[in-house]
Amino acid sequence: MLLPDLREDFPLLNRTVRNGKPLVYLDSGATAQKPRVVLDAERDFYEQHNAAVQRGAHLLAEEATELFEGARTDVASFVGAGPDEIVWAENATAALNLVASGIGNASAGIGGEDSAQFRIGPGDEICVTQTEHHANLVPWQALATRTGATLRWIPVDSEGRIILDDLDSLVNDRTRVLAFTHASNVTGIISPVTALVARAKAVGALTVLDGCQSVPHLPVDVKALDIDFMAMSAHKMLGPTGIGALYGRKDLLDALPPSIFGGGAVKIVSMEETSWLEAPMRFEAGSQPVAQAVGMGAAARYLSALGMDRVEEHEREIAAIMRAGVAEIPGVRLLGPVGDADARDVIGVAAVVVDGVHPHDVGQVLDDAGVAVRVGHHCNQPLHRHFGVTGSTRASAHVYTTAEDAHAFVEALAGVPAFFGVNR
Amino acid sequence: MSSLEQMYQQVIMDHAREAHGRGLKDLDLIQVGESHQVNTTCGDEIRLRVGLDGDTVASVTWEGQGCSISQASVSVLHELVEGESLEESERTMEAFRDLMQAKGEGLDEDREDLLGDATAFVGVGKYPARIKCAMLGWAAFKDALIQARKDQ
Repeated sequence: MLLPDLREDFPLLNRTVRNGKPLVYLDSGATAQKPRVVLDAERDFYEQHNAAVQRGAHLLAEEATELFEGARTDVASFVGAGPDEIVWAENATAALNLVASGIGNASAGIGGEDSAQFRIGPGDEICVTQTEHHANLVPWQALATRTGATLRWIPVDSEGRIILDDLDSLVNDRTRVLAFTHASNVTGIISPVTALVARAKAVGALTVLDGCQSVPHLPVDVKALDIDFMAMSAHKMLGPTGIGALYGRKDLLDALPPSIFGGGAVKIVSMEETSWLEAPMRFEAGSQPVAQAVGMGAAARYLSALGMDRVEEHEREIAAIMRAGVAEIPGVRLLGPVGDADARDVIGVAAVVVDGVHPHDVGQVLDDAGVAVRVGHHCNQPLHRHFGVTGSTRASAHVYTTAEDAHAFVEALAGVPAFFGVNR
Repeated sequence: MSSLEQMYQQVIMDHAREAHGRGLKDLDLIQVGESHQVNTTCGDEIRLRVGLDGDTVASVTWEGQGCSISQASVSVLHELVEGESLEESERTMEAFRDLMQAKGEGLDEDREDLLGDATAFVGVGKYPARIKCAMLGWAAFKDALIQARKDQ
């Protein structure tokens, strides 16, 4: 377990909620609370260094640029990337769309021969999995529609695990993109990245990883994973909202056409045509969320200092308490793997279904006990449909989650069936 | 009574357990309208059918699934507006909307009389996230009425 005094770093955790109860915050999978160093980094930027970055010859402009690019370096080293392999995006959804739209633009001829390697069309295939967040499904559906390519998906089993049995036929010579999540935002299952990447490499498909639920919770090294692109969310990794990042292999980023066009991203502009800067600048047209980037850099440094190995271990222990506790409650079903054997492959998430009680109603009773959880489909309708439900109640942990929080969740959950008069 | 108990009053729990008006009725009325509404935050859906007989709301039936608040609310809606005149049903809808916006404070006696069992939803007004649940069936009813009036 991480040190309890770590909670002092998070001012919000000290407040009380309904009925004056202490807050038990278990909705970090949706958004994480922020440590003071992140809040201070943003405030300090505005109070001491605010200026337009990458232009202007004055001191403030230099300082602001240094902080902005320093944050890029911090985020890059946090995931084992080079600084020019990190592109700022307004959120992880935008980062995924940047890749999908870039491929679409290349297919429409934008970027010319330099971008020809990304062109796809009828006869080509894009492959995803059945466990994707909508953000890593809908952009690929749109790309398929736009280009005439076919969308396929790798199914999951009754526990939500990606089934690799038919991988060789689902990811084949026609597959140009394989997009998948690193960790499920519903079951918490960590995907078999090695097997998926190996197959994609064998057929020459690009790999796109959704790192939203992995980067904040376990050590992630993009080079070790050998992936081509990865989307990250700042606000789920203790950073600010309004910023995320895309990792892309440098040679790919330098060839992928942008999807937002404008100033700051261009080399030479004539009335007829434009040439773009190299990555990451070519993707950063227009004013950037500078203070937010600085905040994301501070979050990366904070997590690095804690040590992602320790973070992973800590959240596993929390998950074990939640999962074991839930298993004891009659009439409550855990979505995802049940039992100890699989505990190594799961992040600190427990999504549950209470027989006969709608997730909204479950969440309301938990809220009354001060326990904040996510209810609904968590932007993942296909997986819930696969489990035969429309939604679930999800508790998700982070560095500041305590064993007491996990027990409070289990205790409040245990009272739900009685409150609604089911299972008597 | 805690806020939670105020929201989940017995009358709501009863309606949620045994919802009225469930199952779309085939109607041979001239003016029939239907509406499908989705609560995008949770994926709950409702399909509601209205049949008009002149100025009377002759039939209100629905199908779908959702939380206890949305199910109880559409059940109460069915009980209240079926048989009302169009004008009365407009007033009922307006009163229910006002109740949702009253932040748990309730309404004046006249409008509460109009709402009957539906006044039990007063506690929902304290939980902004749940107002959408309670309004799901009512939004479908409002839209279905518009469709029915177009159906000549």
